[in-house]
Amino acid sequence: MKISLESFDKAFENRLRLQIMSVLVANDYYDFNALKELLNATDGNLASHLKALEKEEYITVNKSFIGRKPNTQYAASAKGIHAFKKHLEALENLIKQQKR
Amino acid sequence: MQEKDIYSELSSIRNLMERSTKFISLSGLSGIMAGVYALAGAFLGYKTVYGGYNTLSYRSNYINEPQILWQLSLIAALVLVLSLVTGIWLTIRQARKKGEKFWNPVSKRLLVNMAVPLFTGGFFILILILRGDYAIVASASLIFYGLALIAGSHYTLSDVKWLGFCEIILGLVAALLPGYGIVFWTIGFGILHILYGSIMHFKYKQ
Repeated sequence: MKISLESFDKAFENRLRLQIMSVLVANDYYDFNALKELLNATDGNLASHLKALEKEEYITVNKSFIGRKPNTQYAASAKGIHAFKKHLEALENLIKQQKR
Repeated sequence: MQEKDIYSELSSIRNLMERSTKFISLSGLSGIMAGVYALAGAFLGYKTVYGGYNTLSYRSNYINEPQILWQLSLIAALVLVLSLVTGIWLTIRQARKKGEKFWNPVSKRLLVNMAVPLFTGGFFILILILRGDYAIVASASLIFYGLALIAGSHYTLSDVKWLGFCEIILGLVAALLPGYGIVFWTIGFGILHILYGSIMHFKYKQ
């Protein structure tokens, strides 16, 4: 079966990245530790995928301190939300195509 | 990519979006227990005010006697503390069962959003009592509690919103009929809680 894959976002090929994006689209912001718990990810893995999304400018990062502890908050950018929606649409279209 | 994969992908996205915005570990059982405490408290309160030894006599005490006021406040505080402790304990247990953290960004948001109407109402009622305006205390507590539930309902199961609306309507009706405060209070905090708790318990099969 031939499926056009161009509308799929390469940045979302990784499952964890797509999961991160889902959480950030649904919330105003989320901090690193909360993401880690929610997604059951390791520090390194999560950090590297967050970096990748940041590089695509899909998310914005806000570093601050709560007392002495560093606290990093992530939020989805307009570009990221748009890309996420596009990706979901592509998935939907794929299902429609296969039903035919 | 397989069709099955896409479905699982989409459902995992949906699940994550929901789990990251809604705290779903509220226990129906805690609602039932809060209702039971409220009923017991209302019964004790009624006994305190009306005596209850002789149903034909007039009420034996009045609320504006300081001693009675203290007893009633003590009962109310006891009901509140017992409900909170049971609620928190059952919620922690439920969260553990579901593998969800009890203290996470969502539960934090839930509490902060409920706290504003709850504390406003609490201080308002305290002022009413200090000024001796007892007639609408029950009504005010129902209305503010309902508002708190609706404010919090965005961050948890939407059923909470309906409980909130019911409490507000009850509070408004109670304001129309001053003097029957304890009746509405008993319905709102006792019976509605038990009803809501049972529905939640069976709906989400805990």
